[in-house]
Amino acid sequence: MRLKEYPRVGEQVYTDELPNGLRIAVVPKRGFRKKLLFLAVNYGGADRCFRLGIDWLDTPAGTAHFLEHRMFEQPEGDAMTVFSQRGAMANAFTSPDMTAYYVECSEDLEENLKLLLKFVSEPYFTLEQVERERRIIAQEIRMMEDDPEDLLYYTLFRSLYARSPLREPVAGNRESIELVTPELLYDCHRAFYTPSNMCLVAVGDIDQNKVRDIAESTLPGVNAPAVERRKPASESPLPENVRQELTLDVGAPMFLAGAKTRPGLAGRESVKFELTASLALSMVMGAASPLYCSLYSQGLINETFGYDFENTAGFSTLTFGGETKDPGLVALRVMEEAERLSSGDMDPRFFARRKKTAYGGAIRALNSFDNICYNISAACFSGYDYFETADVIDSVTPEDVRAFIAQYLQPERTAIAVIRNKT
Amino acid sequence: MERAESFELDRGVHLTAIRTERFKTGCVSLGLLVPLTRRTVSLNATLPYVLRRGTARLPDMESIAAELDGLYGARIEPTLRKKGEIQIIGFYADFPDEAFLPERPDILGRVTSLMGEMLLSPATRGGRLRADFVATERQNLLDDINAEINDKRGYAEKRVRELMFRGESYGLSKLGTSASAEKVSQITLTRHYREVISTAPVEIFYCGPEDPGRVERLMREALAGLPRAGEIVYPATHVSFERRSGAPRRVTERMDVTQGRLIVGYRLGEIMREPNYARFLVFNALFGDSATSKLYLSLRERLSLCYYVGSWIDRHKGAMFVSCGIDFDKAGEAEAEISAGLQAIARGEIEDWELEGARREVIGALYSAADEVAGLEGQSLESAILGLGVGPEELAALASEVTAEELRDMAAGLRPDFVYFLTGEGNNEA
Repeated sequence: MRLKEYPRVGEQVYTDELPNGLRIAVVPKRGFRKKLLFLAVNYGGADRCFRLGIDWLDTPAGTAHFLEHRMFEQPEGDAMTVFSQRGAMANAFTSPDMTAYYVECSEDLEENLKLLLKFVSEPYFTLEQVERERRIIAQEIRMMEDDPEDLLYYTLFRSLYARSPLREPVAGNRESIELVTPELLYDCHRAFYTPSNMCLVAVGDIDQNKVRDIAESTLPGVNAPAVERRKPASESPLPENVRQELTLDVGAPMFLAGAKTRPGLAGRESVKFELTASLALSMVMGAASPLYCSLYSQGLINETFGYDFENTAGFSTLTFGGETKDPGLVALRVMEEAERLSSGDMDPRFFARRKKTAYGGAIRALNSFDNICYNISAACFSGYDYFETADVIDSVTPEDVRAFIAQYLQPERTAIAVIRNKT
Repeated sequence: MERAESFELDRGVHLTAIRTERFKTGCVSLGLLVPLTRRTVSLNATLPYVLRRGTARLPDMESIAAELDGLYGARIEPTLRKKGEIQIIGFYADFPDEAFLPERPDILGRVTSLMGEMLLSPATRGGRLRADFVATERQNLLDDINAEINDKRGYAEKRVRELMFRGESYGLSKLGTSASAEKVSQITLTRHYREVISTAPVEIFYCGPEDPGRVERLMREALAGLPRAGEIVYPATHVSFERRSGAPRRVTERMDVTQGRLIVGYRLGEIMREPNYARFLVFNALFGDSATSKLYLSLRERLSLCYYVGSWIDRHKGAMFVSCGIDFDKAGEAEAEISAGLQAIARGEIEDWELEGARREVIGALYSAADEVAGLEGQSLESAILGLGVGPEELAALASEVTAEELRDMAAGLRPDFVYFLTGEGNNEA
């Protein structure tokens, strides 16, 4: 395996690619008992339409997530139970552009790795089990329907996007999951769960060669070409709906506002864009910004106020929100502050300060095994080097940040979703 | 695993320090241990948030933020925790290890000093905590109390504690109630602040690459103004060995929800005379807190009643809870299954793989927490409050020796005390 060292952030990584196309990364962490094994598939909730043979297959919302739920089942029983019996904690998640299975353990590394590779590569779906899982997922969907933050999020994304699959929850909805069958799950598994469409990351006090050898001897499959996915339809830079209001049993009114930013980002460019976006948003409205301190002191926002930037499945979006008695006023003040900063009134010392914090944040993120695994996998699918994040921060200029604010934090680009109390 | 070193800095001021270079960040936490009471709960809940707003030297949020930005995004966040009938209030700081920074601004020295200022030299007007800070933080507390309803699962779990422990301070939420929050004022909070810093025991935790001796010196300097002349009040949790006889009490409440939330509460009763924490952990893993647990395998995997089901034991108070999210018409079936799972353990129906799985689950979780900064901090605080005297290693060793008979006996001593169901509006099927 190839070793690459990153002395600046105190990390090193061994990488390799097997003949069947599986990419492997091992990040040694000496002195830790905990080990994390993470197998990511480049397939998520937004990959709804793809070519299988000569036909295009259009799958219901929630299929990738349903598949993730059912993968643990093996003819001899539930792999989750076997992990648990060994004291290992196994779990999985599906995002719009990734499905990942992971095992955290302190012992039995080899056995756990073999089982992880085996259950993810050997589908076993029966009608009875699929019916059973449908009821469990229906409860998961109901749980999310009761969550005001989830509701706000999807209401906003439906307002922003006209056609993107990001409009639907990754878990699907009560109607769409009714359409999932064992045959459909087999089709999706065949299309996407190929070694060349996956990435294995291991973090901990681990022998990298052992990981490679086990992966090579356990994971079957030939190096198949990538499945053809339908490209997402282009979206207008403006929102579909400017404002949506809902009522629910909540303690205080809450809102989420957002805007579409640059689509189709990939590779190192996407990292720089994300870091630029985060710096820009932190300067406009982060907890250290003049606007935040002013709104907080006036009681217009509380600690729930925050911002986010996500780049997923070919779309990038900025969001901000929280609890407030006056969502419209808070959104307006954000736009005014964006206008002030982008029209030239940006203190270079403030930029330098925030950059130091961004750098510290990139260092802090390396404490988390989960975070390392997720980001190495995302970087592997997108084509950049996660451990170079700190170097990319150096390259962000005040002009980059000003240009981001000027282009994307604009009233006409922004949509807002509000939840008010019923009573 | 690194050994923790222990220091007494002053009367009732205790430091636990772990020297390690495993992590990318260092951490300092400081907690004042205060009794959870109806009169003081909301004062305690407000205090660290007001103290974090400004100090004599850095009088507002912006100047504090600028200081922390200069320390590469070091954070000092207010903390508010509840363990049994004790509230722990204070600050949690974490900051990047200087080995990975282009300069060495002595982050630890400046963070401990600022934390000391927040605690002992807050921004004041006329000798009192600032009225505007108190007013916004009281309003934030009221908002937080109102927002408890947003998370339906958390809300249901809070309601069962309130109802099951009515009349005991354990039933109080760590935030208090709207009524207790309304009473927070500049005068009441300033008076309470003075009382707390002079009477509350202080637990400090450090984990990072620095020499513990230096951490001790820095914390002594930071807390030089801490008034320690009077009596130190050690809070404790009242544990009842009594158990109510007869059928469990039941309450059903209605709300605009699409999923029902069922919670069953148990008292440990006599079991708390000699609490065996390793046994509690293994029992909980076997009963409802793992993918091999009785409840997960029956309610979710066999019957598909729920997406989530879990149990937990409050070892401070001596109570156990089971929580799940189900269809409105499935409460009876779910409750029967929960009861059946407990009875099976009480009859000794524990397979070898179940017992071994539960033990190993507990050991894995203890080790895993010890591999994280926040996990180490949590274990240290828990250990200090319970007076455990054993670290995760020893607890793991004890967990590996828990027997099926001990778990059977524990199950036999548990009776459901309270059944709470949160259901939809206009639904009569509960």
